[in-house]
Amino acid sequence: MVENRPWLTAMTHACLILGVIVLAFPIYVTFVASTHSLETITSYFPLLPGDQLIENYTRALTVGSRDVGATVGAMMFNSFIMAIGITCGKIAISLLAAYAIVYFRFRFRMFFFWTIFITLMLPVEVRILPTYKVVADLHMLNSYSGLIFPLIASATATFLFRQFFMTVPDELCEAARIDGAGPLRFFFDILLPMSRTSIAALFVILFIYGWNQYLWPLLITTDESHYTLLIGIKRMLDVGEGQAEWQIIMASTMLAMIPPVLVVVFMQKQFVRGMTETEK
Amino acid sequence: MATVSLRNIHKTFGKTEVIHGIDCDIEDGEFVVLLGPSGCGKSTVLRMIAGLETVSRGEIRIGDQVVNKLEPAERDIAMVFQNYALYPHMNVAKNMAYGLKIRGMPQQEIDKRVNRAAEILELTPYLSRKPRQLSGGQRQRVAMGRCIVRQPKVFLFDEPLSNLDAKLRAQMRLELRNLHEKLGITSIYVTHDQVEAMTLGNRLMVINDGRAEQIGSPLAVYEQPKSLFVAGFIGSPAMNFLKAKLTNDNQTAQLPDGACIDLPGRARSDAKSDEIVLGIRPEHFQPTDASDANICLDVDHVETLGADTLVHGRLSHQSDPLTIRLTDVHHFDRHHRLRVTVAPERLHVFDPETGSRMAIRQPDRHA
Repeated sequence: MVENRPWLTAMTHACLILGVIVLAFPIYVTFVASTHSLETITSYFPLLPGDQLIENYTRALTVGSRDVGATVGAMMFNSFIMAIGITCGKIAISLLAAYAIVYFRFRFRMFFFWTIFITLMLPVEVRILPTYKVVADLHMLNSYSGLIFPLIASATATFLFRQFFMTVPDELCEAARIDGAGPLRFFFDILLPMSRTSIAALFVILFIYGWNQYLWPLLITTDESHYTLLIGIKRMLDVGEGQAEWQIIMASTMLAMIPPVLVVVFMQKQFVRGMTETEK
Repeated sequence: MATVSLRNIHKTFGKTEVIHGIDCDIEDGEFVVLLGPSGCGKSTVLRMIAGLETVSRGEIRIGDQVVNKLEPAERDIAMVFQNYALYPHMNVAKNMAYGLKIRGMPQQEIDKRVNRAAEILELTPYLSRKPRQLSGGQRQRVAMGRCIVRQPKVFLFDEPLSNLDAKLRAQMRLELRNLHEKLGITSIYVTHDQVEAMTLGNRLMVINDGRAEQIGSPLAVYEQPKSLFVAGFIGSPAMNFLKAKLTNDNQTAQLPDGACIDLPGRARSDAKSDEIVLGIRPEHFQPTDASDANICLDVDHVETLGADTLVHGRLSHQSDPLTIRLTDVHHFDRHHRLRVTVAPERLHVFDPETGSRMAIRQPDRHA
């Protein structure tokens, strides 16, 4: 709708600015808190950034909170490994599963498709006890594989790629067959490059999903060297009677926000394209 | 380059048989067009030759080799699809080179062939473009280029011009014709467009409901259609069919209104009944002033096309509509009585029971 009414434009902007303030204020508070000393935050809460920024962040990254043995840098690394592992694993498995379901005629094809589809209804939280038992029996507690593998299968991504593959014209597959491309060549030379934008969109979504995993790492990491950042922050808060180190916690929170933001910022173009257009 | 022969090929999907045994020998360097209405199975035949569909029964040979069990890539064929099926993420050169690369051809040879094909098809300035940056006609040429670089034994075309607009289609038709003359590769071409079929093919195979109704040169199919279906399908506007009876020792056809039309000879006399269907092409009617003209048309409406005039009307006392094509511009009022004649040798006689063409013996001149 294009209308030329000044007061309407002003109103629209006012509403948007108000929305931005409401959404951004908690983040601002977090940032402010991460730039003061603990005494300042706990006595009266300042509304302007303080002078402890570099000190707090350096301590968080290199030393860590006194309540948790691992540094924020190490925990960020753990989170990163987990998020990347889950993302890449999910994309690889979903691509292959969708490829099999769309392009190959095998016995019980639809049965498998529906089995995958039904697992959409079973999130981690529902199957958490049996999964924990399996992971524990395989001695994968406190390990990267234990963090990644239980979350690596994705019905949503499989379904998304299936839908995408079904829009690829059959003639393309036939042309490739006539050109002499076998199933693997067709997959790597043609289907994979064509799915590039969908993969990018999924990468963004899945990376944030992996980075923000909370319940599962909370259960299976008891050793501080395998804490992910979110678990670390949670542990920093568990101080019982003592005083939590709020300035470090807030600094860690700010740091925890950076990677997802970076992923979104750098892949935004691909992400939007993957969501809106299909390249054909 | 090679011959292609189809021996009694059948195709069944589940329990339904869609191709009921087609035989055809295609010679080296020939351009054969498979023509038929949509759903008649012409694309299925092509896809069986390509190896994209299995053959349920029968035998396909390319050259001396039975190819029934071979993968498409092993048959040494190349195919152009209706929607071009270009790889969207590869540029024109890579699209053309892909098949060669897979076959492990040295890069130098690939470049040579791609450049040569691009030259033939006038695609050289576009080699580094992606398919989506090309127009429909250019994409079509890239699809052909992909076939040319392979230098296959057989070209297969699956309605390659259907997605183009009318003007471009006419142009591409000429280009295809030239290309075939230049390269001389055996080609099989599927279309439902009879103009393409008439102009491109050395031979036509008219397919109806999974059967080859007639195989022959375009002119032979036009002049001597073997069945009512072929007669009605080839030619535009379609051939007129009139119910008639044989009289005068099978040498004359009598229309229901009593008008008599002389046949060029004696129609086959072993038919059980004397009922026939008389086929006359719209362009074979001649207007005449003679009062003894045997066909009188009651004009319904007239379509002036510029070069021709189509007159739609009915014979008196008969409800079947009739179309006549006259050259030049004519104007007739509604219910004008138009007298026309047809040269006897332009008549087609069909058996209404079997739908097949009736033989007409030339009269014995010495008798």
